[in-house]
Amino acid sequence: MKQYTYFPGCSCSSEGGARAYNWSIGAVSQVVEAELLELEDWSCCGSTPSGAVDELGAFCLAARDLALAEKTGRDLVTPCSACYVIFNRANAYFRDYPNLKKDVDKALAAGGLKYAGTVKVRHILDVLTTDIGYDTIKEKVKKNLNGLKVAPYYGCQVVRPGFGFDDPENPQSLEKLISALGGEATSFPLKTRCCGGSLIISEEDLALDLSHKLLESASLNGAECLITVCPLCQTNLDAYQGRVNRKFKTQYKMPILFFTQLVGFALGVDSRALGLQTNIVPPVNALNHAGAAKARDASSSETEP
Amino acid sequence: METKVAATDFLAQILSVPGGETLRKCIQCGTCTASCPNADSMDYTPSELIAMVRAGMREEVLSSKAPWYCLSCYMCTVRCPRGVKQTDLMHVIAFMAVRAGKVPATSLTPTMYRLFNHYCSMGSLPEMLFMARFYLQTNPLRAWRLMPVAVNLLKRGRLGVKTRKLSPAGAIQLRTILAEAKSLGGGS
Repeated sequence: MKQYTYFPGCSCSSEGGARAYNWSIGAVSQVVEAELLELEDWSCCGSTPSGAVDELGAFCLAARDLALAEKTGRDLVTPCSACYVIFNRANAYFRDYPNLKKDVDKALAAGGLKYAGTVKVRHILDVLTTDIGYDTIKEKVKKNLNGLKVAPYYGCQVVRPGFGFDDPENPQSLEKLISALGGEATSFPLKTRCCGGSLIISEEDLALDLSHKLLESASLNGAECLITVCPLCQTNLDAYQGRVNRKFKTQYKMPILFFTQLVGFALGVDSRALGLQTNIVPPVNALNHAGAAKARDASSSETEP
Repeated sequence: METKVAATDFLAQILSVPGGETLRKCIQCGTCTASCPNADSMDYTPSELIAMVRAGMREEVLSSKAPWYCLSCYMCTVRCPRGVKQTDLMHVIAFMAVRAGKVPATSLTPTMYRLFNHYCSMGSLPEMLFMARFYLQTNPLRAWRLMPVAVNLLKRGRLGVKTRKLSPAGAIQLRTILAEAKSLGGGS
């Protein structure tokens, strides 16, 4: 069983609003036999806001976690797109700007830590699709999604500025994953456009506009649900969907799932273990519809001569 | 001549921040602006901001709303044909504006970012506390309008009141590291 050091990040921690993402990752990783060992005593990566108000402090926040992760000698895996960018960006900056690295080293040393810069930072989507692979996942499917139409939403930071595993503007890993589960990935031209991010808090109107465009695009292309790889995207599209409907006089009822919830469902994991009860727009009908359609197909083929 | 000296200083200052030096390569093609989902809400577009930095327009750049409307989606960065790190440049400008006390009063993003950083620096972001404090600090009326969102999240068990805490040793370690960073010129 391959082992990874796991960094849930604030939102996906057991105290965070995206805890269902964490639960579903735990359940899925068990089925596909990947061992995720949570980094001990991790602290917030700093995300975008810290870097915009205290540059050196923000790099030090990231460096502390990277230094702790380096001691484990394993790849660092995170489900959060923001953590993924922050750590990869810190690695790149420490490599490219020796003066910055010198200051960070001094600060780390004050806390009894050092960081050589060797930690490979990966997103859980990369681990599931690259290391585990579509074929292995396909073999383990227990509840085929039977053509369920799923909008593959990547958002921004998992693919940009680009630390590796998929194309920055037209990635394909979610599409391939959906197919492996028996679902149908819908065309989704806005799949790598921004949901509004944390500006949902400070500039709600701007962010709602962006979320509205995504829901509209997913809906017009016939999606029955949408999957995301980021806790913030999920919150914006799910918890603020009512605000979008209010502002734009629309009636969207698009279930927004963490992609691991969909994977877990297809792998036969119990819905409570996936935290499906925590989604604001209930996804259970759409998912069961996939199952029901399958049952219907099966019974109609039985009655055929 | 005064202005010219100040202009050169400002440009030099931005060029010296990691990532800032990439603006030298800008050819003003406007790809960043065309790719930005929020450009139409900004007072100056991303490419205009670069031209303004080069022209030494310190006051206008630092008090611009544009960096606070940046979503950090990195679309500009991946599309730039010259390798300008436009998103990082937005963060550099934001950070310098905070330092210079020039943040625009019309955007709530600086307040939100500072509050976010305050909690991060203690080890973890308590989402509910953070949101509550932000709305109380800026616009309690909006908090009221957002009650349905909060109630839904609470009902689904997604707004925990419990805050994640570091171990006592970890908390001291983090504090020490950040204090050292501050003595090296960090801090906000």
